[in-house]
Amino acid sequence: MYEIVSRRELAPNIVEMKVAAPRIASSAKPGQFLIVRTDPEGERIPLTICDYDPSQGTVTLVTQTVGLSSKKINDLQQGDSFADVAGPLGCPSDLLDLPDEKLQSMKILFVAGGVGTAPVYPQVKWLRQHGVDADVIIGAKSKNMFTYVDEMRSVGNVYLCTDDGSEGFHGMVTGLMKDLIENQGKRYDHCVVIGPMIMMKFAALATREYGIPTVVSLNALMVDGTGMCGACRVTVDGQTRFTCVEGPEFDGHKVDFDEAMRRQNMYRNNPKNNPETHKCKCHG
Amino acid sequence: MANRIPRVAVREQDPAIRATNFEEVCYGYNNEEARLEASRCLGCKNPRCVNSCPVHINIPAFIHEVAEGNLAAAASIISADSSLPSVCGRVCPQETQCEGSCVLGIKSEPVAIGKLERFVGDWAIENASTLPLPEITPNGHRVAIIGSGPAGLACASDLARAGYDVTIFEALHAVGGVLVYGIPEFRLPKERIVAREVEAVKRLGVKIETDVIVGRTMTIDQLLDEQGFDAVFVGSGAGLPRFMGIDGENLNGVCSANEFLTRANLMHAYDPDYDTPIYAGKRAVVVGGGNVAMDAVRTARRLGAEAIIVYRRSEAELPARAEEVHHAKQEGIEFRMLTNPVRINGDENGWVKGIECIEMELGEPDESGRRSPVAKEGSNFNIDCDVVIMALGTSPNPLIKTTTKGLETNRRGCIVADEEGHTTREGVFAGGDAVTGAATVILAMGAGRKAAKAIDEYLKSK
Repeated sequence: MYEIVSRRELAPNIVEMKVAAPRIASSAKPGQFLIVRTDPEGERIPLTICDYDPSQGTVTLVTQTVGLSSKKINDLQQGDSFADVAGPLGCPSDLLDLPDEKLQSMKILFVAGGVGTAPVYPQVKWLRQHGVDADVIIGAKSKNMFTYVDEMRSVGNVYLCTDDGSEGFHGMVTGLMKDLIENQGKRYDHCVVIGPMIMMKFAALATREYGIPTVVSLNALMVDGTGMCGACRVTVDGQTRFTCVEGPEFDGHKVDFDEAMRRQNMYRNNPKNNPETHKCKCHG
Repeated sequence: MANRIPRVAVREQDPAIRATNFEEVCYGYNNEEARLEASRCLGCKNPRCVNSCPVHINIPAFIHEVAEGNLAAAASIISADSSLPSVCGRVCPQETQCEGSCVLGIKSEPVAIGKLERFVGDWAIENASTLPLPEITPNGHRVAIIGSGPAGLACASDLARAGYDVTIFEALHAVGGVLVYGIPEFRLPKERIVAREVEAVKRLGVKIETDVIVGRTMTIDQLLDEQGFDAVFVGSGAGLPRFMGIDGENLNGVCSANEFLTRANLMHAYDPDYDTPIYAGKRAVVVGGGNVAMDAVRTARRLGAEAIIVYRRSEAELPARAEEVHHAKQEGIEFRMLTNPVRINGDENGWVKGIECIEMELGEPDESGRRSPVAKEGSNFNIDCDVVIMALGTSPNPLIKTTTKGLETNRRGCIVADEEGHTTREGVFAGGDAVTGAATVILAMGAGRKAAKAIDEYLKSK
């Protein structure tokens, strides 16, 4: 069992949890993910690691309620436990392979959207620890949906935008990216985009115009998450790749996003995914 | 004469009923049936069945004890060579191994060795509390086992008996490897058989830690250098599912048999009390002819789909166990032989609506000795379906290879290991599907036991 040592709501339906998982905390690297299972009847759900603390033996997860299993996760309280937390899974960010001098010569832009903001944080934090100040665009529908802004400000240069203009730049992340590059004289050698699939698609289209190499982190459906089932396959540069062992990060200019979005919704209308109709044992 | 007795038929669930449930198909023998069937064995002086058994169980000896009613003695004879008789009695391809070379089979039907092994194994599970535990003298050495499938369980069990302090690390949340994620409940009951075989291994003092992905959570180097293990056995199993590389394979409604079976077996998706969804559609086509294909097609049938096997060779070449093919046909599975998919077609929303196939004919034998299928030009036709399940085997998971220095793999990505399980890295041993590619439970179990012997010799000589 893996105890939730702290829990806080970051925004409506978005919850952060620190979970006791000492082995994972010691081996986790930026860019990797975990599989969690709330209870013996639960699904195995992949979640990107948002932070890790080897000295406390904890990993941090941020989850947005969208269906049955994410609701079960977010219903857990401090002191409750997950039945299973397994990881870290997937490949660490490619940036970790570069020598510090190379990294310090690069201008790196992160683009984070919605619940994808927290997973950007460990990468930006890692870069700061290696002497790199990255720019981070954080986009949200509205001011009250921002997460991890203060954390991100402590490790990088943050630029905010909202769809409704309630805070920061009025517009989408692609609009703010354009503003930074075309009006504020910014130039970037590398871009990392993490967020909803649709946002990653359009952010990657924009960076392609500017010729900026771009990495995206895909949140494909998974069952085992360890390289066995193939549910997470995506098409990258015309080849089928497995997100769980070859990803989750891929070249954003080569991912077939339309296919990835279609595959992500494969079980959306399954009656089991609806907390109203699916009654599992644990909820009586 | 003993051999005039016909082979004792085994009781099974009615096909029409079992096609709608996940209960075990075969009920197995009762005591009287087992003793009668055992009495058919001729007790050959040079038993061909023993040579055809991958782990050389002393078959005539255990069958003799069954005939005499000495089940504890029978169990003890089997346990000298096999750690998982209840499992192997259910899933071994007996018709190409022991039973395939039984002399009774020349003129009539072979002794039902598999069913007798299962009978003894199940008796041993039921009576485990009455059987004496072996005396174990701890020797102070620690061994880590990666994977809790048949290879890992067998290796752990032998090492524990020899006095080693053994820990199994399992990546998934459940113990048993392919026995829990791959083979369906209706062939191998999880609670009644697998869980209790695992309990038997734990009673020997073996520790099992789930949710540990060796290569990620901890590396083999960490196990040896930091965690204090003296040797490691890698029984991590097969890996990534293979696909055909044809158009439409990433449409919604197409999955690997591994995914389909993992949802059903490991995640209990067929049970409404569990959260994991599964989709078998109205008409499911399973591509392949092995045991995994049979398991997938029969699972789809049980979930209410009309279910079809598409296989590129003829029925004679089906690699699946004869009993599974027989059971599948009884359950109403349609077999389309000499048929190969060329494309999967989707509707406007990206869901499968059919699979285009081409007729095949058998040509010259290939390197496997089987006649190789050749496409008949222009014979393309369509099968309407809303689900396609690919059961084409697996290629090894790259995780352990890429995170372990000095561990060589061959060009197929399988770990290089000799007959005894020695790899190219000192102190690291391997066996089962991780070495051979997808094979059988009994071969994996046998490899685990050989490696246990090699590990014992290695650590004693250190």
